[in-house]
Amino acid sequence: MNPNNIIICRCEDVTLQELHDVLEEGYTTFEDVKRILRIGMGPCQGNSCGLLVQREIAKVLKKPLQEVQIHKTRPLITGVKLQSIVEATKNER
Amino acid sequence: MNANVVIIGGGISGVAIAYNLAKKGMKDIVVFDDNYMTGGATGRCGAGVRQQWSSKGNCIMAKMSIDFFERAQEELEYHRDVEFKQEGYLIVATTDEEDEQFSKNVALQNEVGIPSKKLTLEEALQIVPHLNKKIVKSATFCPTDGHLNPFLMTDAYYTAAKKLGVQFFYRERVNEIVVKDGVIQKVITDHHEVLTSKVVNAAGGYSYEVGQMAGVDIPVYSENHEILVTEPIEKIQGPMVISFSKNIYCQQVPHGSFIMGRSNPNVEHNHDISSSHEFLDEMAKTAVELLPPLGQLRVIRQWGGSYNVSPDRQPILGDTDQLEGYYLACGFSGHGFMFAPMTGLLLSEIILNQPPTIDMSELHISRFKNSTHNTYEKSVV
Ligand SMILES: Cc1cc2nc3c(=O)[nH]c(=O)nc-3n(C[C@H](O)[C@H](O)[C@H](O)COP(=O)(O)OP(=O)(O)OC[C@H]3O[C@@H](n4cnc5c(N)ncnc54)[C@H](O)[C@@H]3O)c2cc1C
Repeated sequence: MNPNNIIICRCEDVTLQELHDVLEEGYTTFEDVKRILRIGMGPCQGNSCGLLVQREIAKVLKKPLQEVQIHKTRPLITGVKLQSIVEATKNER
Repeated sequence: MNANVVIIGGGISGVAIAYNLAKKGMKDIVVFDDNYMTGGATGRCGAGVRQQWSSKGNCIMAKMSIDFFERAQEELEYHRDVEFKQEGYLIVATTDEEDEQFSKNVALQNEVGIPSKKLTLEEALQIVPHLNKKIVKSATFCPTDGHLNPFLMTDAYYTAAKKLGVQFFYRERVNEIVVKDGVIQKVITDHHEVLTSKVVNAAGGYSYEVGQMAGVDIPVYSENHEILVTEPIEKIQGPMVISFSKNIYCQQVPHGSFIMGRSNPNVEHNHDISSSHEFLDEMAKTAVELLPPLGQLRVIRQWGGSYNVSPDRQPILGDTDQLEGYYLACGFSGHGFMFAPMTGLLLSEIILNQPPTIDMSELHISRFKNSTHNTYEKSVV
């Protein structure tokens, strides 16, 4: 299939071809491509595209998947500690 | 490896310095950064650029930098869009003191050619209709202030500098600067030993530590500043809206998201850049009070970044009398992104022994000698 027609990041509407172009320019980590293409910056924060992008980077760099780092996950998507919830609700009635 | 100069830090300051030096013809410039590109404050910042300051020095630095941003795309021949949006900053006054101070600020800004003006509440509402009328007294507005995409602006400098021969090593940490008899000998990193006699400290939040590596004392500290971004929506707000008294800056970027931040007066001095729910709480309250319709927006992500703060909240730029060949570009105190074009230009002039474009003695580290510095730039969030 034509990589121009494959959407790899749905939130930000990024095609597989665009990802390949940036990898070819020499940006080879998830954090790098995220900054250039906005991949992983949308509402799903990489939940949908994360593994797909990781796999593409691994393929291009010819590295095992587990050696390709995923981007940093950020709040509000990460779990919340019970203690934090307790503190946040201390002043509520 | 040999280098004419080693720049430590490849954030917006480091890349701007490298580009300016290369453009002036310097060869063998090497930049080290221990992170991915824009992994420091640059990639974490609000990336607002404004000229509405209360000190003359800041006004001039900001104005000349904006003049550069206006032609950056062309001058750097960048193949992507740096997303420079020039729709102004609206700074709202919520107290009588601010209202008075802002009239003085505008007079000073106009004196150096910055086209800012004082607005009544009604005039401000024409520019940002969703401002809370009950708390805003007046405002100042400068239409040529704005915002850039910090990742792409940095990449633009980086790409241009690389074309001019600058060598960049990201994900490589500088561990040691070897000095013998007051002369810099070499810089040692994870993978290289570079013989050089000139080092630029553009290490952002770690500039104090990079100073210590060479025995240079820099009176700066780092503190965490948090920020968040919402889901994108159709455009409803042109300018960045700031209030110093309410402690908020908030703007809709071209992509449609709102980004907003505030400072925490109780934050500790350290390298923490974590996110807190306290920030989320306070930020939400402040944003919804000042700009009520934003209450409907979903938060997508929050993060933190380092402000590298100097005693007078002004950058420290230039050489130092502590060590020959050691140059400083640090202590930006929350406004280093917008000054980067001038940081790059001025540092390249100092390093190449050329007369600086503007008098920068006010920004030299020697200003802190025997001074207690309790006056500082107050127009900051
Ligand atoms: C939340 C937030 C909002 C902000 N909003 C704005 C704004 O709206 N407008 C504005 O103008 N400014 C803003 N700022 C400030 C701005 O981000 C900084 O002043 C600016 O980015 C500084 O750039 P820099 O290149 O000097 O430092 P950085 O971008 O921090 O770069 C320094 C680099 O040095 C590297 N480094 C450190 N030590 C070493 C070592 N030993 N070896 C190798 N590399 C090393 C780091 O990894 C880092 O990448 C904001 C900052 C924050 C945190």
